[in-house]
Amino acid sequence: MTNDPNDEFMLTNRSKVVSKKQMTLMERLYLPAIANGMRITFSHIFKRKATVQYPEVLRPIAPVYRGLHVLKRDEAGAERCTACGLCAVACPAEAITMTAAERKKGEENLYREEKYAAVYEINMLRCIFCGLCEEACPKEAIFLTDRIIPSNYGRNGFVFGKDKLVETMDNPVDVTKRQTPAVIEFKKDKFHQHNITINDLVDLGEH
Amino acid sequence: MPIVTIDDFQIEVPEGTTILNAARMIGGDLVPPAMCYYSSLKGSGGYCRTCLVKVEQGSAKDPRPMPKLVPSCRTTVMDGMVVRNETSPEVVEARAGVTEFLLVNHPLDCPVCDQAGECHLQDLGYKHGKLDTRSEFRRRTFEPIDIGEKVKLHMNRCILCYRCVKVCEQITDGRVHGVIGRGDHAEISTYIEKAIDNDFSGNVIDVCPVGALTDRTFRFKSRVWYTKPLEAHRNCDKCCGKVRLWYQGEEILRVTARKDEFGEVAKLENGEAGWICNECRFDKKKTSDWVIDGVTHVDRHSVISANHYETPEGERFDDEKTEQRSLPHGEKVELGVGALDPNNV
Repeated sequence: MTNDPNDEFMLTNRSKVVSKKQMTLMERLYLPAIANGMRITFSHIFKRKATVQYPEVLRPIAPVYRGLHVLKRDEAGAERCTACGLCAVACPAEAITMTAAERKKGEENLYREEKYAAVYEINMLRCIFCGLCEEACPKEAIFLTDRIIPSNYGRNGFVFGKDKLVETMDNPVDVTKRQTPAVIEFKKDKFHQHNITINDLVDLGEH
Repeated sequence: MPIVTIDDFQIEVPEGTTILNAARMIGGDLVPPAMCYYSSLKGSGGYCRTCLVKVEQGSAKDPRPMPKLVPSCRTTVMDGMVVRNETSPEVVEARAGVTEFLLVNHPLDCPVCDQAGECHLQDLGYKHGKLDTRSEFRRRTFEPIDIGEKVKLHMNRCILCYRCVKVCEQITDGRVHGVIGRGDHAEISTYIEKAIDNDFSGNVIDVCPVGALTDRTFRFKSRVWYTKPLEAHRNCDKCCGKVRLWYQGEEILRVTARKDEFGEVAKLENGEAGWICNECRFDKKKTSDWVIDGVTHVDRHSVISANHYETPEGERFDDEKTEQRSLPHGEKVELGVGALDPNNV
């Protein structure tokens, strides 16, 4: 098929005739073009680098950055999550799944409420880090942090269970910068029943 | 027959009908909420005061207004009565006050409670509740106890509506369940910790407006909005056998009686309430035990409708261009434009 616009077999009239202009002598030498390209390349050596040597060097990120989640413990070390499922129902990517279990007698120092999450999994490949789980949580249990999800070769490695999400007692994750002053004030108020910890009950002699 | 006007809607009702039932006959937003009244339980109602309404005109013969707000579940209509529900600011204020009273001792444990999502007190608090409590006293607390093998009693959550007591009195023979103590000390109890072993005792779970009486076989299994309700029946020699199955995946997590739009156990064709027996409720948890009748219609505003892609009466679609399609269960459901288009799947 030809490129002739008058050809009756043309389906559209949008095709263009290729220009076959002869190059000049200077263009045929290629040397000026090469020199110009090298000038641009070498000039970048003296400019500031756009890359950083991760993980030795970290870019500064905002304290409210939405990265890897953490499941918080309370002051006494009990897990705050009560497996209410509000994070999962708020999650637009359906990344969160959980199985609840009932707290037994003697486990009061491990779990804050009568019910706790026996299994809590976030699929980090599904997660879009929107932070809606953090907003939905009524127990201030889940927070997004300024940590980055490590890379992995397998898909299964991106399903984070409680072993990776729950903070450890000796290495607590600071989320105070994510909380508004009003929230911090509200948490201090022992007038609200859900702020009362096991320690407070011990102090009051009710436990 | 007396004609009554409720929120500017007129209806003619039989003699002796209560205002609440007259409002329910009209239906819609003007129905007062009820926490203790239960149409199929005799003598229920009059405890909770959530159904208070204003009577602007007592009757045609005596048009004076009633001096105080009246409980609509206990007040019968008179000819020419004019009633205001939430169109009266007085009623709205009173209802907020009643809600506050009901919540004085009720714990804030909806994240833990199995009733959350289908709790009448949650709905009431959402609509009329205040964000804060003004009570300066500690809430009264109890340890949760097991009433028999299948029912859990969280006395913390109880609002003393007496519905479960009426069930034990009227549905089961030989009452083993009642209220002991008075005033602030009143609590639901089986007499001397005697377990309920009657065939119909499980119905106390269905009538409980809050999460005080819950199903131990469903305890903490899932949240209600992750389960999918289906209507089903089986031939049961003890009860009507018409139930609602709550599925999660292939598994039946819970069996309840069918509920009507007012949250009460739905009436059968013969006008009696469709109570179900404990065998149907607790022991038949295999799909092979049941004949599935169809999908339960869940109100679009209910959290249970989250992720349920049923299209009730074409509600999610805008206009008149809906087409009928019969589901495998034989139930007619209206579908929107292009729902049958294979390219649209």
